[in-house]
Amino acid sequence: MQAVKTARFFPICGERRRPWKEPGLSFYDSYSAVLVATIAGIILVGTAVIAAKLLAPFGRERGKDVSYECGMLPIGSNWSQVHVRYYLLAILFLIFDVETVFIFPWAVTFIDFPKYVFYEMLVFIGVLGLGLAYAWRRGVLEWGR
Amino acid sequence: MSEVLNPFGSEIFGIWNWLDAIIRVVIMVTVMTVVVMYLIYGERKIVARFQQRLGPTRTGPAGLLQSFADALKLVGKEDLRPKRADRWVFEFAPFATFVPVFITLSILPFAQDWGVRNLPLGLFFMISALGLEIVGVMMAGLGSGNKFALLGAVRAAAQMISYEIPLVLSLLAVVMIAGTLDLNQMALQQDRYPYVILQPLAFLIFFTAMLSELHRAPFDIPVAESEIVGGYFVEYSGIRWSMFMLSEYAAMWGFSIFGAVVFLGGWQFPMGEDWGWGWQLALTMGKSLAFIFVMLWVRATVPRLRIDQLMSFCWKVLLPMSLVQILANGFILVYGGPYWLLTLTSSLGAAVLVAIIMRQAFRRSSTKTLVGAYRTQLQVPAP
Repeated sequence: MQAVKTARFFPICGERRRPWKEPGLSFYDSYSAVLVATIAGIILVGTAVIAAKLLAPFGRERGKDVSYECGMLPIGSNWSQVHVRYYLLAILFLIFDVETVFIFPWAVTFIDFPKYVFYEMLVFIGVLGLGLAYAWRRGVLEWGR
Repeated sequence: MSEVLNPFGSEIFGIWNWLDAIIRVVIMVTVMTVVVMYLIYGERKIVARFQQRLGPTRTGPAGLLQSFADALKLVGKEDLRPKRADRWVFEFAPFATFVPVFITLSILPFAQDWGVRNLPLGLFFMISALGLEIVGVMMAGLGSGNKFALLGAVRAAAQMISYEIPLVLSLLAVVMIAGTLDLNQMALQQDRYPYVILQPLAFLIFFTAMLSELHRAPFDIPVAESEIVGGYFVEYSGIRWSMFMLSEYAAMWGFSIFGAVVFLGGWQFPMGEDWGWGWQLALTMGKSLAFIFVMLWVRATVPRLRIDQLMSFCWKVLLPMSLVQILANGFILVYGGPYWLLTLTSSLGAAVLVAIIMRQAFRRSSTKTLVGAYRTQLQVPAP
């Protein structure tokens, strides 16, 4: 019975997956490089900016610090109004981004669990798909309105 | 006892771990700077060839020193800050744009177990770090005190957050097959065939979303110089502007290596494990440069999209297709289907995607389609 089962369940993942190799460093040790890289990035940009401060000429003239607007003097306030659809898009993005965060651990491990784990995620994705269909139907995705 | 007291592992205070990280990061800084300079040179040369021009020829043999000359010029250029700008937001935006991009380079595997560091959650970290870049873009746009910059930043934000979802979902389709988020492990699995053969649809979606995340043509609406001058970095000049360029090209390179590792087999396919690290390094570089060449090719060929086309393509085409792909993968994997079934379903999906793009591209234009979604706002004169 077991043999039949393995034959039916084609062992694609068992075949593809290599055994988990223990990394040489502990979990937090690997992230030390991230901290070092952050500091190195800040130093790199900072050095360039300071070098430019030392080397570049600086002259204070009238009109040099006026905002660019096609060579004319800027008209009105520097704030322009932004359409509300950007806000709607941001909300949609939040919904789907949280969804992907939930899918990540599932996608790594769902093979090792019983099938109902897959169907539970099917329900989850289905609900979100309904949400997308609703937004589509309500015209949120139409850029022109 | 020390294990109990120190939950971070035994080496967190070890000086060798930190020294090792510092040396590797310094090497990475050097390599990245040189690669970015020659990417800029290469882009100018290749796009020039596409347009029947020569590109830079004067500085050095065949213009090879052009980028160095440009860098020197940019350091010696006046660094202006407009009066209306918010000082600190304006000045720190280049930092906030560059640092996330540089972090991503420090976690990519360039050869087997060789990179700055390999994270067990590499793919997840990569996506989250690249998503941080948008903070710098928003800072630049809001801090400049310029209408064009604000418009560019808002467009960039809308575009990047929208395309991030198909990007992540297409990567998740591969993660379902690979069963790991470790990039090194993922490359290791692709010894016989790369994942692009199993998941061509995911690869197409990934490539499209990648172009959009990097705002390369045809998705360069946020930085469209013929519409909103330069987008979010209109007000930047001199060295700060060059930092935006640096992070853009570094992101291009990092994204290409990332895509090469996930879809094209990274350092592994073909014969990476057998032929040693020199071949692995050559494979990584070759694949990432091939990615970049295709990006330049697309830039030279395809005209820019309108923003309504861009958004509807993302939300109405790419997102449903990537969701359907995840479901199809799930069914095949849970019921143990053979791997060619993955290839088959994904190829069918890829064919559908290409058909949709072709149908849109070769649609006959008329006043109705040209005005398209704007017809509610514009008063179109009767023909």
